[in-house]
Amino acid sequence: MHEMSLCEGIIEIAEEQASIQNYSSVKSIRLEIGGLSCAEPEAMRFAFDAVAKGTIADGARLDIDQIPGQGWCTACENEVEIGQRYDACPLCEHYPLEIRAGDAMRIKDMEVE
Amino acid sequence: MCTVCGCGENETHEHTHDHGHHHHDHHEHSHSHSHDYSKGEAGVHVAGLSQARLVSIEQDILAKNNGYAAANRRYFSEHAILTLNLVSSPGAGKTTLLTKTIEALNGAFPISVIEGDQQTANDAERIRATGVKAVQINTGKGCHLVGHMVGHAIGDLTPQDKSLLFIENVGNLVCPAAFDLGEAHKVVILSVTEGEDKPLKYPDMFHAADLMILNKTDLLPYLDFDVKACIDNARRVNPGIKILQLSATSAEGMESWLGWIRAARDLSLIGTD
Repeated sequence: MHEMSLCEGIIEIAEEQASIQNYSSVKSIRLEIGGLSCAEPEAMRFAFDAVAKGTIADGARLDIDQIPGQGWCTACENEVEIGQRYDACPLCEHYPLEIRAGDAMRIKDMEVE
Repeated sequence: MCTVCGCGENETHEHTHDHGHHHHDHHEHSHSHSHDYSKGEAGVHVAGLSQARLVSIEQDILAKNNGYAAANRRYFSEHAILTLNLVSSPGAGKTTLLTKTIEALNGAFPISVIEGDQQTANDAERIRATGVKAVQINTGKGCHLVGHMVGHAIGDLTPQDKSLLFIENVGNLVCPAAFDLGEAHKVVILSVTEGEDKPLKYPDMFHAADLMILNKTDLLPYLDFDVKACIDNARRVNPGIKILQLSATSAEGMESWLGWIRAARDLSLIGTD
């Protein structure tokens, strides 16, 4: 359940930013979670509520934009959607593909006051 | 020791936020001791001025851990310490491989070990029995080591310059994949008593590793394990991964692993006096 650690990282960033961007509470946090990343959105939601308790983000809403995995096929030169890092090109069966998107986990923005 | 947080304490586990089961001291502070930024300047609430606004963050969720890992990596680099992060599922033979490796290197260069487990100091004791320094990190409910814990462990261990540092991660093929500790290489150990499809089932870990060790090969005659399929699966996930086959128990294949370690260490010494 590494989502617990990931959520702790989110809270740490939210707390660090509080003094920089001058806010006292976080109402919502928007994340981008790639389909090829190691985070499971449902597990993130579950872990976040537990980890946020008693912090600056207590009760904050977690919005998760899921970014599908995108690979570039060097054989047929197409950008294709993939569900796994090791998927073959759905058009020509070639692999490995170059990962172009969907392997990151980012905090985009937060609603604060 | 941890230069990033400046907290200077050995309580590596306090940062796991694993409240409620490691209060071996008598005082009863409830939780998040150091995380009270919410009471800082922003805690001064001015009535009538509260208005929600959107602030841009644009940071990797792992940014904090990556910061700790980068500080560890810098320390290792400045001291020419080769650090290897050993990862596997529970029971793949990490600790046995480690003790046999330490014995086989036979004092050729200084070695120290950071042991990560949820509970017990059994593994650190097994390592210390070989005569090298070892520090145990108990992660409690945490399923992997993080960069911050390792930063503190380095402080306890004070590994020598130009030495070899092994980090034996918590037995888990999922969670340790994403958490950089500052190591030079992740080494994933897979035993032939597991399935040959493990690289496909846990692609993140095999993708993150530079070397895969296929362990317990002495058991192959008794098993229906397809070595070629396993290697193909690993290369499918990570085309550049190096693969070694060995048995830590019978010592067959150990020489290649020792050779890999010596070569990696030689690289880590480049640029030193």
